[in-house]
Amino acid sequence: MTFRGEARLWIAQRASAAVLALCVAVHLATIVYAVRNGLTAGEILGRTRGSIAWFAFYSLFVLAVTVHAPIGLRSVLGEWLGWRGRSRDFALLLFAAFLGWAGMRAVLGVFA
Amino acid sequence: MRQHASYWAFVVHRVSGIALALFLPFHFWALANALLLEGFLQWTQQPMVKLGEWLIVVALAAHLGGGLRVLALEFLPWRDWQKSLAAAAAAFALAVGLAVALAL
Amino acid sequence: MATHLKVSVWRGGKDGAFQSFEVPREASQTVLDVVTHIQRALDPTLAYRFACRVGMCGSCAMMVNGVPRWTCRTHVDKVGQGDALEIAPLRNLPVIRDLVTDMREFFDKWARAKGEFRGHATRQDEFAKVRPDSAPRVQANAGIECIGCAVCYAACDVVAWNPQYLGPAALNRAWTLIKDERDRDRLERLRAVAGDAGCHACHSHVSCTERCPKQLSPTAAIAGLKREVTKAVLHGDL
Repeated sequence: MTFRGEARLWIAQRASAAVLALCVAVHLATIVYAVRNGLTAGEILGRTRGSIAWFAFYSLFVLAVTVHAPIGLRSVLGEWLGWRGRSRDFALLLFAAFLGWAGMRAVLGVFA
Repeated sequence: MRQHASYWAFVVHRVSGIALALFLPFHFWALANALLLEGFLQWTQQPMVKLGEWLIVVALAAHLGGGLRVLALEFLPWRDWQKSLAAAAAAFALAVGLAVALAL
Repeated sequence: MATHLKVSVWRGGKDGAFQSFEVPREASQTVLDVVTHIQRALDPTLAYRFACRVGMCGSCAMMVNGVPRWTCRTHVDKVGQGDALEIAPLRNLPVIRDLVTDMREFFDKWARAKGEFRGHATRQDEFAKVRPDSAPRVQANAGIECIGCAVCYAACDVVAWNPQYLGPAALNRAWTLIKDERDRDRLERLRAVAGDAGCHACHSHVSCTERCPKQLSPTAAIAGLKREVTKAVLHGDL
C-alpha cells in the first residue's frame, strides 16, 4: 500500500474510533442498565423490536466496527505475526465484509 | 524490562482489541440466530459463561479507555498530565467492570 | 551494601553470550566506570564506546538491566538490582562486537525521513526573522536538542516489530524541520514520514519520551506529524 493509502487508513481508524466512542458509551450504559434491572433476553427484545432509532443507531455501530476492527487488526498482523503485503489487506477486506454482513443480520434480528 | 504505565496501557488496548475482534463474529451470530433458543439462554446462565461475558464487557471498557488515551495524545496539545491518561483509562475500565459485576 | 558487583556483560556478536565479572563497588560509581574497570583491569578485549563521559555526547548508550541509558549518567546505586548488573549493547541495532552496535541504520533512517535543513534564502537575502515565541518555533525548539544517541530507538518496540519503521529520533527531527518556517520542503517531508514506515506506525507507547536522556518527547512530535499529514491529505496536497 502507498503511504497515502496508509495515511487514509489512519484517518479512517481515528474517525471510526470517535464514532465508536459514542456508540460504545451508549452500549455500555444500556448493558449496565439491563443487568442492574434484571432484564431477561425476552424483555430486552420486547423493547428493541420495531424501534427505528435503535435500528439506525446499531446500524451505524456496525458500520463503524466494520471500518475500525480490520484496520486495528492490520497492525497486529503486521507487527506480531510479520504478515504484510497484499494478502494481508485482502484477508482484512474479506473480514470487513463478513463483519458487515454478520452485523447487519444481527441488527435485523434484534431490531427489525 | 521494567515497563511504564503507557506501555501497559498499549498492551491492554491491543489485547482487548484482539479479544473483541474475535468475540464479535460469535456475538453477531448469537444475536441473529440464538436469542430465542431455550438451550442457548440456559447455556448463558452458566457461571463460566457469565464470567466470560463480564470479561468481554471489561475488555470493551478498557479498549474504549485506551482509545480515548490515544486520541488525546494524538489530537490535543502535549501536556504533562497526559501521562496519567493511562491511569484514567484503567480507572474507567475498572469502574465499568465493578458496575456490571455488582449488578450480576 | 556488598563490596563487589556481579556484572553480566554481553560478549561477541549476535550469537554471543553474557560473561560474568566481579567488579569492586565504589561510591558514586557509574555504569561506565564499571565497564571501564572491566576493560582496564579484568579483560582488555572488551569492546565498548564512550567519549565525553559527562553526559553530552551520547556515545556510551547501552542496555543496563534491560533499559537503554547513557552509562556515564547512570549511577550503579540507582539501577543495580541488589549487586547484580546486566550490560548489553543497544537494542534494535546490529551488534558489531560486545557492547558496540552498528549505528548506520539509525542514521540512514534519519536521512530517509529527510532530516536535513533546506532553506530558500541565500547570503544575499536578509536574515530570517523568526519570533522565538511563535507557536511553530516553540514546538520546534522542544525537539532540537537531540544528539542522535539512539536511546529512544532502542527503547521503541515498534522499531523492534517493524524493520522499516523510521523510529522516534528520525521522526522527531523531521517534525522540528516541518515546524521551521525557514525550511522550504514541507510537503516532501510529509511524504517521507507518512505511512507504515513513518509516523502512522507509532502506537504511543511513550517509551521514547520516557527514556530520552534529554527529556525530549518524540511522542509529541510524531503526534504532530500525524496531524500535519492528515491536514495535507484532507486538503488534497499529498
